[in-house]
Order: sequence, then structure tokens, then C-alpha cells
Amino acid sequence: MATRLEAPTEGPRDVEGDVLLEGVTRRFGDVVALDGVSLRAARHEVVAVVGPSGSGKSTLLELVCGLQAPDAGRVVAGRAVLMPQRDLLLPWLDALDNAALPLRLAREAKAPARARAHELLAQLGLVGFERSRTWELSGGMRQRVAVARTLLSGAPILCLDEPFGALDAITRADAQGWLAGVLAREPRTVLLVTHDVEEAVLLADRVVVLSPRPGRVVADLPVALPRPRSATDPAVTALRARALASLRSAMEGGA
Amino acid sequence: MLAGLLVLLLLGGWEAYARLGGIDAFILPAPTQVAQALWDDRGLLWDNLLVTGQEMVLGLALALVAGALLAIALHAFRPLRRAIYPLLVGTQAIPIVTIAPLLAAWFGYGLLPKLVIVALVCFFPIVVTTLDGLASIDPEQHKLLRTLGASRAQTFRWVEAPAALPAALSGAKIAVAVGGIAAVFAEYAGSENGLGHLLLQSIPQLETARAWAAVVVLAALAVFCFSLLALAERHLAPWAHRPKDLDA
Ligand SMILES: Nc1ncnc2c1ncn2[C@@H]1O[C@H](COP(=O)(O)OP(=O)(O)OP(=O)(O)O)[C@@H](O)[C@H]1O
Ligand SMILES: [Mg+2]
Repeated sequence: MATRLEAPTEGPRDVEGDVLLEGVTRRFGDVVALDGVSLRAARHEVVAVVGPSGSGKSTLLELVCGLQAPDAGRVVAGRAVLMPQRDLLLPWLDALDNAALPLRLAREAKAPARARAHELLAQLGLVGFERSRTWELSGGMRQRVAVARTLLSGAPILCLDEPFGALDAITRADAQGWLAGVLAREPRTVLLVTHDVEEAVLLADRVVVLSPRPGRVVADLPVALPRPRSATDPAVTALRARALASLRSAMEGGA
Repeated sequence: MLAGLLVLLLLGGWEAYARLGGIDAFILPAPTQVAQALWDDRGLLWDNLLVTGQEMVLGLALALVAGALLAIALHAFRPLRRAIYPLLVGTQAIPIVTIAPLLAAWFGYGLLPKLVIVALVCFFPIVVTTLDGLASIDPEQHKLLRTLGASRAQTFRWVEAPAALPAALSGAKIAVAVGGIAAVFAEYAGSENGLGHLLLQSIPQLETARAWAAVVVLAALAVFCFSLLALAERHLAPWAHRPKDLDA
């Protein structure tokens, strides 16, 4: 595995943006979370992972981030940063300092770290909220701060675990819009775990469908559509229907 | 409002009982007599308040520092925690009344033995709450920090310490209640001044109203220390009082 369990602090960064999983199996006691999963994400590719609850999506991300080791198979990935299912903003820091946290952890001084965080928050439409306390932010704003924090880590690979799962439909559509915008400006390799097939088709270059536990890859659908995409575009709805169909047949097959 | 009424009612009842029940003033002085003593002995009470106040504030500060340091050590080394926690609980069963004279014999009549006793008593709730605070970090948060490359020391600096700060102050607030009692016992064991000393002297002198006045001042001191800690908490850890949100 190229990912380290001990975190690096300084030194040359791994700029390798590829992710490779080969026949990866992960067990927790008798529970097989992932069973022979192979998956590839090229540099700057956005790969969405959809699958029923318990199919091992979060486990997959943790393997890529080096937080877990596979029981069988191989995981090769550069430096990957996790954005967990909840935003996990620190209540003792304001929005700006939460976003700047990865820079401070990389021992950047306070002022330049804040300046960079400020710039990114402005791009994400948070002007005027930099000094807000986390509990004064709406759910959508908190998510923007969390995404800013993830981006500022500078990691070439981002593992987003249902980043917008807790948002209402309108805020979510909005969030998908600005995430697509940010990734267009600052491309990264992204593994995007989501329950929402539409979100997967709107944001990703490929949609990987996992079966119910034990998680196996049952479909790998390319999304060769120009950006920005619209949910009402017939090509998008057609792909969404295909992804849903394979998800449904996987669930019936697994049941 | 209701609390005020309740206190008035209680004091009124006490006053009536003490005055009309034919009870000797040196057994149960009426609240007005206690108030009179508070005024008459104000110089004496003030001087002794300064002594006990110093013991309380410094003792609490000592307990906060020692308690937080021990909690950090126990948090950092799991085996130490398993070994020392039971011992800590054990120390809390030692009656202060018995060790106070020993400490007086070792450390003399000065401030030091009082500080040690107050700190010894206040220390335990602080260790417990601080440890809980340090351990309260969401496991997901730890995962996030690891992928961000945070070292052990950075995790402490950015996440664990801020989480433990309001917890330690809460522990100190709990400790104030027992700290006052500890200060009084410490002064009983050997002292020439302080509210506890005044209390001990007033009773055989049949100055019961003065003794009650000392108790009132002691209670006020505890309330003062408590408010001081609450104020510190609001300034140092405003997030601990945020309106509840779903996350964090
Ligand atoms: N640390 C662990 N210890 C034991 N079992 C675990 C652990 N982590 C995950 N599992 C099990 O592995 C399986 C997959 O979990 P995982 O969290 O990866 O699923 P998921 O696809 O992310 O689900 P969801 O959509 O509900 O978030 C589940 O059955 C879960 O109970
Ligand atoms: Mg999950």
C-alpha cells in the first residue's frame, strides 16, 4: 500500500492521483464488508460509488485513505483525504479557521493559511460568514466549509462520503452545482460515495454500483456527458435509469 | 422569582420559630440576629474571608492544573489509566478529617497544608470530567485528522484540549461545593485564622450568631468561586453554551 498509516507531516508530497483497488476483500469478524472489489480511478477522474446501506462504501473509502488495510487484495493510492459522512466542523474554530485547519496542520503560519482559506470560502459563496461560529451556519454552509477544508488539504485524492446526504433537496442541488464548479477549477481525483443515483450521474465521470453486503462491483457505467449537466437532460435521466436498474437488480440478486 | 419567595418563606419561618418558640439564641439565632452579627463583625468576617478565599481560589487553581495534567497523562497512556483510576477513586474514600491534622503536622499552620487539602478534595471531579472530555472526540473526527496528517501532539492541540477545557471547568464547578468544606476542615486541623477557624472559636464562645454569619460568608464565597468559573467558561469556551446543533 502506498498510503501510510502514520501521517506524514512534511517532506515531498505524493502527487500521485491514481487509485487502484485489486480484488480487495475486507472482513469484520464474520461480516464480509467488501468481497473482491476491483476499481480504478485515473488522475482527476470523478468516480461515484453507489450501493445499498451496508455494502461497504465507507469501508472502501477508508481503505483508500489508508485508515484500514485490506484482508486480501491490493490498494494503491496517493495521499487521500477523507470527508466523513458528517461535516465534523470543530465548534471552537470559526468557519475560516475550520477551513484552514489542514494548512495549520501542515505547519503553515496563521495569516497565509487564513488568506488561502478566505479565498476558497469566497469562491464557495461564503463571503461575510468567515468569522461565523459553526453553529451559526446553515447545513449547506457547513458543508461548504467542510469541502473547503478537504480541498485545502492539498491531497490529490478526495474521498467524499455522502457529502450532501443530510441536506434538503434544494440545498443539495445547489451544493452539487458548486462542487462541480470547484472541481472544474481545481481538478482532483474524487471518490464520491452517495445514495443518490442522480447525484452520481450529475457529478461523476463513472458510476460504480456495489451489491448489497458483501459488496461487489456489479456495474461500472461511464458517464460521457458534457458539463455542466442538468438533472432534466434526457441523457442524464437515461443514465440515471440504467444505474438504478443495475442497483435494483443487484439488490434483488443479493436478497 | 419563585426561588426568592421560597427563601423569604423559609427565613420567615425560621425567624418565627426562633423568636416565638422560646429557643435560646446561642442554640438557634434568628436570621435577623445573624444579619446583625454579619454587620457587627464585618471587619472580623472580612479578614477571615480573605484567608479562606485565598485557600479556596489557590486550592482550586492547583487542583485544576494538577487534575488536568493527570487527566492528560492518563489519557495518553491507557495502561496507566487502568492502573491509576481505581487508586484515585480510593483516595476519595480517605476522610479529610483524619488526614488534615497529619498534613498540619507535616506542613505547619501556614497556607500550604490548606492548599493541599482543598486541592486533594477538588482534584477528583476535575480529573474525571477532564478525562471524559478528552475521550469525547468522535472516532470519525480522529479518522479525518489522520487523513489530514495530524500528529498526536497536533490532535491534542487542535481537538482534544479544546474539547477538554469546558469539561475541566465543569469539574471545577462541582469541586467548589466540596472545596469549601475541605477548607473549613483544613482550618479546624490547625490554623490561627480563616472562616473555619472563626467557626470553631465562635461555638464554644456561645457566639452562635457569629458562627452562622461565618457560614453565610462561606456560602457566598462558594457562590463567588462558582460564578468565577462559569464566567471563565463563557469566555474561554463559548462553544460549550452554543444552542444545540445536530453535529459535533
Ligand atoms: N469497524 C467495524 N467493525 C465491525 N464492522 C464494521 C466496521 N466497519 C464497517 N463494518 C460493517 O461492514 C459493513 C459495511 O459497512 P460500511 O460502513 O462500509 O457500509 P456503507 O456502505 O458505508 O453503509 P451506509 O450507506 O449505511 O453508510 C457493515 O455491515 C458494517 O456493519
Ligand atoms: Mg457509510
